[in-house]
Amino acid sequence: MRYIEPHGHMVSRTTDDYQAMVAAGCAAVCEPAFWAGFDRGSADGFRDYFRQLTVYEPARAAKFLLPHFCWLCLNPKEAEDLTLAADVLEMIPEFLEKPNVLGIGEIGLNRNTRNELKVLERHVELAVKHNQLILVHTPHLEDKKKGTRLIVDVLRAHRGVSPGRVIVDHVEEHTIQSVLDEGFWAGITLYPDSKSSPPRAVDMLEICGRDRIWLNSACDWGVSDPLAVPKTAFEMRRRGYSAEFVDEVLYRNPVRFLSQSPKFVLGESSVG
Amino acid sequence: MPTSRTPRPPDHLPLEGHVQAIVDTGFVPVRAKLLEVAAFLDRVERYGVATDFRCDALREAAKILVDGGPERARRILEKLSDPTTEPEATSSGKAALGAWQPFVK
Repeated sequence: MRYIEPHGHMVSRTTDDYQAMVAAGCAAVCEPAFWAGFDRGSADGFRDYFRQLTVYEPARAAKFLLPHFCWLCLNPKEAEDLTLAADVLEMIPEFLEKPNVLGIGEIGLNRNTRNELKVLERHVELAVKHNQLILVHTPHLEDKKKGTRLIVDVLRAHRGVSPGRVIVDHVEEHTIQSVLDEGFWAGITLYPDSKSSPPRAVDMLEICGRDRIWLNSACDWGVSDPLAVPKTAFEMRRRGYSAEFVDEVLYRNPVRFLSQSPKFVLGESSVG
Repeated sequence: MPTSRTPRPPDHLPLEGHVQAIVDTGFVPVRAKLLEVAAFLDRVERYGVATDFRCDALREAAKILVDGGPERARRILEKLSDPTTEPEATSSGKAALGAWQPFVK
C-alpha cells in the first residue's frame, strides 16, 4: 500500500513516527505552518520556523527516504495581533521559492473573529498574487460550521481564487457537502477525539463520493495519530473496498491536487 | 469535474451480500461508546455539574440518536454548532469548547 500524508506537523513528531509512516507506505508528507502551542513573540520567531520547514525538516525526513513539502502562513490562532500578522505576511514571499514550498496554509479561522477574517483575506490575496495553492484550516468543534461559511464567502469573493486550487481541510458531516458544492477540494482529518474517525471518514466517502477529497492525520504535538491514514485504509478494506479504491483515495487524490504545484514531484508518482 | 453534488446514498456498497459484517464488526465498539456517554451523564450528576451548558447540549443532541430521522451525525454536529452568522468582535480564547454557549463570547 502507498499513501500520501498531506497534512502532518512533523516538527512535533519523533523519528520513530517517520519510521512508522514510511513502513506503512507513506510516499510523501506535507507540512502546513502551524501554531507552536504558544504565541510567538515576534516575526523573527516565524522566520526561524519557516527555515525549519524549508531547510531542516525536509533534511530530517530525507534521512527516512521520505519527501517533505510544506505550506507557509501565520496560523489563525495567532491572527489577533494584526501588527505581527502584517510583519509575517511581508516576510513569507522570501520563502516561496524554496523547493519544498507548495503554497499558503494552513490559513483560515480559529474563533471566527473579525481580525482573523482580515488576516485570512490578506493571506488569500498573497496566494493569488504569487499564484500559490491554498490550504485552509476550518475551526474546531462548535465554531466549524459558521467558520466554514465565513471562509467560503471570503474565497468566493476573491475573483482570483480558483476553487480547484484550494483545499478546505477538517471537514465533517455538516460541512463537507457545502465545500464540495462550491468546487473546492475537501480534507477529512482523522483524530482520536475530535474531527473524524476512520469509520466516519469512509461513511462520508460513501455518501459524498471520492472525488476532490483527501484524508490526513494532521498529526501534531496534541492528541493525534500519525498512522491514522493507513488505519483508515484498513477500515476501507474491511468494508470490502478494493486496493484500487484505497489507492485512489489515499494516494492518487492527494497527488492530483498537490501536482498543481510544479514543485510536487515524486520519483515514482503516477496519477495514471 | 462536477462542481455540484447532492448527498445521496450510494448506488452500490462493496459488502453487498455480506452487510451483516457492518454490525458484526461495529456493534461492540459502538456499544462501548454509548456506555461512555451514559456513564459520563451519571458522573456529572454525581459530582453536581450536570447543569453545565455542555452537558445540557449533550442531552439535547442525544435525542437525535433515537428520533428516527436520517443523517444523525450531521444533525448532531449542527445541534452543537454556533448558529450565528456574523464574525465575533473579539476572541474569547484559543480553544473551542465543544458546544455553543449563547452570549459567552
